[in-house]
Amino acid sequence: MLELLWLVPALPLAGFLRLLFKAGRLSRKSIAITGVGSVGLSAVIALIIGVSFITSPPPGYVYTQTLWTWIKIGNLVSEVSFYLDTLSLVMILVITVVAFLIHLYSAEFMIDEESYSRFFAYMNLFAGSMLILVLANDLLLFYLGWEGVGLCSYLLIGFWYKDPLNGRAARKAFVMTRFGDTALAIGIFLIFNNLGTLKIQEFMERAIHNWSPDSAIAVAAAALILGGAIGKSAQLPLQTWLPDAMAGPTPVSALIHAATMVTAGVYLIARTNVLFTLAPTVQLSVAVIGALTMLIAGFSALTQWNIKRVLAYSTISQIGYMFLALGVGAWSAAIFHFMTHAFFKALLFLSAGAVILALEDEHNISKMGGLRRQLPLTFWTFLIGSASLSALPFVTAGFYSKDLILWEAWSSGNRWFWTAGLIGALLTSIYIFRVVFIAFFGEETVRVTRKPKCLMKIPLIILSVFSIIAGFIQLPDTIVKFPIFSDFLHRALPATKVKYDGVNVQLTLQFLTSLVSLSGIFLAYLFFLPHRQFTRSFVQTNLGSALHSYLFSGWGFDWFYERFFVRPFIWIARIDKDDFIDIFYLGIAWLNLVFHRLLRSTQIGLVRWYAMGIGIGAVITLVIVVFL
Amino acid sequence: MILLWIIIIPLLGGLLAWLSGRWSQLWPRWVSLISLAVQMALFLIILTEHFGEIQISGRPWLVQFDQPWISKLGIHVNLAMDGLSLLLVLMTNFLGIMAVACSWTAIKDRVGFFHFNLMWTLAGITGVFLAIDLFLFYFFWEMMLVPLYFLIGIWGYENRVYSAVKFFIFTQASGLLMLVGILGLYFIHGRNTGIYTFDYMQLLGTTLSETTARLFMFCFFIAFAVKLPVIPFHTWLPDAHTEAPTAGSVDLAGLVLKVGAYGMLRFLIPLFPKVASDFSPIAMTLAVVGILYGAILAFGQTDLKRLVAYTSISHMGFVFLGIFTWNTLALQGAVMVILAHGISIGALFILVGVIHERIHTRDMNRMGGLWATAPRMGGVGLLFALASLGLPGLGNFIGEVLVLIGAYQVSIPLAVFAGIGLITSTIYSLWMIQQTFHGPNREGWKVSDLTGREIAMMTAMIAVVVWLGLYPQPVLNTARESLNNLQQIVKKELVAEYSEGFISVKTGAP
Amino acid sequence: MASIPLEHGLLLSGLLFALGLLGVFMRRNIVFILMSIEIMLNAAGLAFIVAGSRWSQPDGQIMFIFILTMAAAEVSVGLALVLQLYHRFKTLDADVASRMKG
Repeated sequence: MLELLWLVPALPLAGFLRLLFKAGRLSRKSIAITGVGSVGLSAVIALIIGVSFITSPPPGYVYTQTLWTWIKIGNLVSEVSFYLDTLSLVMILVITVVAFLIHLYSAEFMIDEESYSRFFAYMNLFAGSMLILVLANDLLLFYLGWEGVGLCSYLLIGFWYKDPLNGRAARKAFVMTRFGDTALAIGIFLIFNNLGTLKIQEFMERAIHNWSPDSAIAVAAAALILGGAIGKSAQLPLQTWLPDAMAGPTPVSALIHAATMVTAGVYLIARTNVLFTLAPTVQLSVAVIGALTMLIAGFSALTQWNIKRVLAYSTISQIGYMFLALGVGAWSAAIFHFMTHAFFKALLFLSAGAVILALEDEHNISKMGGLRRQLPLTFWTFLIGSASLSALPFVTAGFYSKDLILWEAWSSGNRWFWTAGLIGALLTSIYIFRVVFIAFFGEETVRVTRKPKCLMKIPLIILSVFSIIAGFIQLPDTIVKFPIFSDFLHRALPATKVKYDGVNVQLTLQFLTSLVSLSGIFLAYLFFLPHRQFTRSFVQTNLGSALHSYLFSGWGFDWFYERFFVRPFIWIARIDKDDFIDIFYLGIAWLNLVFHRLLRSTQIGLVRWYAMGIGIGAVITLVIVVFL
Repeated sequence: MILLWIIIIPLLGGLLAWLSGRWSQLWPRWVSLISLAVQMALFLIILTEHFGEIQISGRPWLVQFDQPWISKLGIHVNLAMDGLSLLLVLMTNFLGIMAVACSWTAIKDRVGFFHFNLMWTLAGITGVFLAIDLFLFYFFWEMMLVPLYFLIGIWGYENRVYSAVKFFIFTQASGLLMLVGILGLYFIHGRNTGIYTFDYMQLLGTTLSETTARLFMFCFFIAFAVKLPVIPFHTWLPDAHTEAPTAGSVDLAGLVLKVGAYGMLRFLIPLFPKVASDFSPIAMTLAVVGILYGAILAFGQTDLKRLVAYTSISHMGFVFLGIFTWNTLALQGAVMVILAHGISIGALFILVGVIHERIHTRDMNRMGGLWATAPRMGGVGLLFALASLGLPGLGNFIGEVLVLIGAYQVSIPLAVFAGIGLITSTIYSLWMIQQTFHGPNREGWKVSDLTGREIAMMTAMIAVVVWLGLYPQPVLNTARESLNNLQQIVKKELVAEYSEGFISVKTGAP
Repeated sequence: MASIPLEHGLLLSGLLFALGLLGVFMRRNIVFILMSIEIMLNAAGLAFIVAGSRWSQPDGQIMFIFILTMAAAEVSVGLALVLQLYHRFKTLDADVASRMKG
């Protein structure tokens, strides 16, 4: 059944093409069927492939499928070929399933939208590109998927193109990620130039043989790839595009800016883990970047009023967790957190979307309140998502994945990372339950005009279920030794080197994690339900408001970029609009004109003047001829 | 003989179009179209006859036609075609058809004479791609200028006369320098060997002193650099492209610029390998400066057509970089950029023309929100904007990436700076889309969407760009042997004293 | 017949030529300019004749006849121009006709 692999990315692309060519000639129903169905079919095929992969694994747990040779010049060979191992299998399963659910949700969510078919076309193109990205066996093909998802992100952030602000957010996202992409491209050139191949597996093997650990070349390659990952995954210092990306429709934020595309960087680092093992300094910086981003974004999330921006900062922060995990070598933990995060963050976004739709496009949580009675289902799904995000002990998926990361951070030997992770966990439960308490509890301040119907409810329910049970496939040793997920992944990813072991330590840490998570929820309760007045008055003090606006603006990164990159660039482009270099040529033309004027003044039209000229000229000539 | 016909047919077609223009506005269009179709048929004949030979190594030409012209001076009508020139003349023919099609309704004044000029320009360009007698090359080089001058000067926009004159002076002056170089080469070769000839194959490997070689190289270089254009010889380009009628812009950007690149590939470096390789660090630096500077200039524009014109400077920088990198990857990349850029820039100019026909302005500050009224136009515009920012899956990406990989093998800093061009091109491309198709519809334009003829044109161009992006192998194979031959010529010259430098000779294949 | 020395003849022709040239420079009346040109032509012719008689060659006289015919032709064209000028501007002042266009 594995031969069907090519269909997984091809089906959404076919859906895209159908919507593209039939644009304007399809009914809404057939648009939805095409858009949702293509991804659904692709999910079904992915599941079939998954089942057959597990029941009758291919040799070495690896299956490759080559479609055609893309470029072949000398030893530069790039093939359109797919590589299926346990890592990419997990990725395609999560992507297709989540994408299908979000497409299904969108079919109802976007129904009033004028450009219904354009939306699904872009979404399908995104799903196809994302699947190409994770399946690619070749760096250039990977880059194709990488740029493809970036493009779709741009198109979908700017989906409501009539508002220039949306266009601005879209361009910001594309250009900022393009910085990372360019680093990645240069990394690809470096790898090809030094290792002579573009095949991902092949270059990693050659890297092990040819590059010594911590050599300059290995560090450069890993750093450039990290650059690409930072851009796509919105990590420090390229994180500022993601909050603005919330300008797009909510399903887009759920699919692209929470569940899949922004985690492509995590996948990239996990995929090329060999390079990072060869360059420990870069790997360390992955962890540092992850930890810093997690904290910075966590603090910013505390102050946001736009429900989607809270979730956006939360996404940045959670990807920071994944980076932290990658940085300490907890490869499978990072992928585990990617999976649970995909479920609960998509769930949170979709629930937020239901709220936004119910309140006629209201994003501001300060204007919401008491929604739990009016939108009971959405309340519960949002609550489950929040619980999972804040790692509510034992019952949620988020707990198991986050706990695994914290444990492996501890056991890697660097206590700072563990501490940062713990603070991050505290922040996480405070900011997300702040939203829960403000929006769903308290007095009812608004009336709900529209409640989710069947197509929106099903994805919410399924994702809620996943947000709880997905954790049970990887239970910690302290409860039951049941590491089925990481065992599965270890066929593709190296196992984590555990320096410290001991069930007692782990149990203590788990206890601490649970305590932090619960106390975060409790603090959020204190600050935003009974003592909300106290919080408000704190924000109104000088220190409080300065701190608030600083955090609210995302630590001033945007301000800095605006001053030091955007404006100078625009300034140069504006003053050089007419091209300095042309002045030189205009100068030549001007000189010609000056000479022309000078000589013209001798041609005044007086015959006698000319005769005089002839006479004097003759005399001068004679003098020259006779005397010289 | 078939090669001669390839050039004669558009010449005849042009004359016929001019004559028939006396009676009807429609005839010149059909006459031009039919003569281009006949030309295309001739290409197909060549392709079918020589298809198997394209990939055979060591053959200098697929087809050759050699006939004395002015035998006293050693001037021949010497035309030859290899894989490289085949690709280029095919593109010339394709863009020629597009140029005729895009002026179908736009040109109403002196239609016959317009098509005469168009066809003669195309014939001149085809001749340049096929001539291997240097005198004949110069002849065609100049032949395409005059009709282009008329195209810009008569059918252009407001500031057309200024632009036409500027274009003519730049290209003519630089062309004369090339004539000096050609004649110098002719006489020195004649004095050395006693054979006075303009034949390219014989002039290869002429022994020149270092100073003379440098002098002649610069004569050639300036002629090609003005056409390409290389910073700082580029300032004619935005004016000429902006003021020319759509068909003229398509020809200029799609073909005339490529003539410069072809000249460098075929003549400049093979004729003067040593000095060219000494010069290559400077040339590559100029190329990178061009990539970035052109992109910044493009971003600063408010006139849509001028923006598109400036993007050419940026993209041709990649071609220039690839040529002076001179390894297999970079050369293949340069050829790929030539083809993909020719198509995509042609399509963008046609699109600008289409918009101008409908709203009679090129000012981007007055456009906006056109997507809502003309979604097909928006989609096409988006696709070609994406092509110009180097989106994988479209032809431009393949070319640019190959050039960059090739350049990386020679100079890492230059490749990195050229790579930044990928970011700057994103900035201006997205800005262009934002200002025209996205955003609010500032002046309430109600634009009719693409007509059948325009859709047909755009479909053809999209098909080519996507094909180049997804399955470029046939093109790479076609160009491979010609590029290999050129590399061998240079290698033979350099192998003795070459130690290390930019033109990567040691690397037949890296 | 006592021959006149060559120098005298040339001096006379030079004087005549200078007179004519001055006339061309000074005069505004176009008829006078034309007459001055005739004087210059005759001065040149005189120089030819003097030189011819000095070396006893007929060439000088042949040249003079050639100059004479040319002068006649030139006068006819010149006078026609004068007439046109007078017709247009109602004056014979050459400076009036200083505009390049009609």
